[in-house]
Amino acid sequence: MEEDKKDKFLAPENEIRQVTAPDGSIIEVNPLEDYFSQDRPKPYKVRKGPVEDFLNWARAESLWVLGFGTGCGSIEIPPLVTPRFDMYRFGIQMRATPRQSNVFVISGYLSVKTLKRAIRAYEQMPSPKYVVGLGSCTINGGMYYDSYNTINRLDHYLPVDAYIAGCMPRPEALLAGFEGLKKLIKAGKGHKANEYVENLDWYKANQKKIIKDWNMPDYNW
Amino acid sequence: MQKGINNLIEKFGASDLEERRPGLSFITVENTKAVAAITHLKDIDGYTVLSLITAVDWIEDGIMQLTYLLNNPAEIAEIGLRVMLERKKEAGESMETIHHLWPNAKKWQQELKEMFGINFPGSPNINDDFILEGWDAAPPNRRDFDTKKFAEETFFPRPGRETHDPAEHMKKNMYPKNPADYTNKKYNPNR
Repeated sequence: MEEDKKDKFLAPENEIRQVTAPDGSIIEVNPLEDYFSQDRPKPYKVRKGPVEDFLNWARAESLWVLGFGTGCGSIEIPPLVTPRFDMYRFGIQMRATPRQSNVFVISGYLSVKTLKRAIRAYEQMPSPKYVVGLGSCTINGGMYYDSYNTINRLDHYLPVDAYIAGCMPRPEALLAGFEGLKKLIKAGKGHKANEYVENLDWYKANQKKIIKDWNMPDYNW
Repeated sequence: MQKGINNLIEKFGASDLEERRPGLSFITVENTKAVAAITHLKDIDGYTVLSLITAVDWIEDGIMQLTYLLNNPAEIAEIGLRVMLERKKEAGESMETIHHLWPNAKKWQQELKEMFGINFPGSPNINDDFILEGWDAAPPNRRDFDTKKFAEETFFPRPGRETHDPAEHMKKNMYPKNPADYTNKKYNPNR
């Protein structure tokens, strides 16, 4: 049963196949196991005292946002880059890839299809990392609460540090949300990435409950 | 009457003509003659553009309606060709494919298969996922699919959500219980 399902959704490039090595021997390649790490993630070390305070200050003052707009709320982010709102003065800037960013703004509703990509992007971000839920859709589903295809509560799938309520929140609200996130981080409460790693089984069970075609590694390094 | 309508009525037994405005008409054909009618419209009457294929679920009448919207760029005219299929209780109505006339029809048909469960045998990649990935419930756009129930069972609804219908709220909180009180100055200061 499990095997049937896996075969159905597996992309052709991820299928087990025979490959001829340079020395002429034939080896079997299983891309999902051989090309991706199978290790479970480990929580990063949280230090104590002034060292941790200094690190938290540094983390809070350099929030790099992943440029991944999931819903209609992503239209509120571009004005932040313009001179009128100018988020650079708060040390916030947009990055193009998850490898370079540490803040993930889930901007609005999240369909099941997008959630799969969002999980992938989130897990590829380096820790410590933060998730900001933007708009009421991430809190309780908003106006899409009865849709067959959008999630209701973001915090069941990704660990959320801060919510910004509204439908849609104005760019000022976003700036206020980032300020709130900074306060959380400086107060030492910004270690939700560790929470995600510690409760990984619960999060994965929730994710796999709705993502039926799970055809990627369990944890996307 | 716009070009092609006469042919549809005389040759293909089309009925229920509805002229919305000059250059936009809707007409119903039988599903066995639909592909022949569409071919005729495309090859002879100049309706060379397939604007869209869409479906309507008439659950009360037991009908699944397909609408082919065809465009004639030279005459600036559009025909909506309605095809009434017998609605089945479970998904699985069947209609002939028209991907040999317009290759892009295969995407419309793929979407109709996914969202309404209407099958188009012979259409390329008809069973592939289009929008929904790994969907295993009933087609979501059929009207007997209860999206609210599905969402509540699937997506961990947050408790405490309540809605207030404005009309009900006003009736309950702002209008007097007794109709005679409408004359009361408290509710109607002008009186």
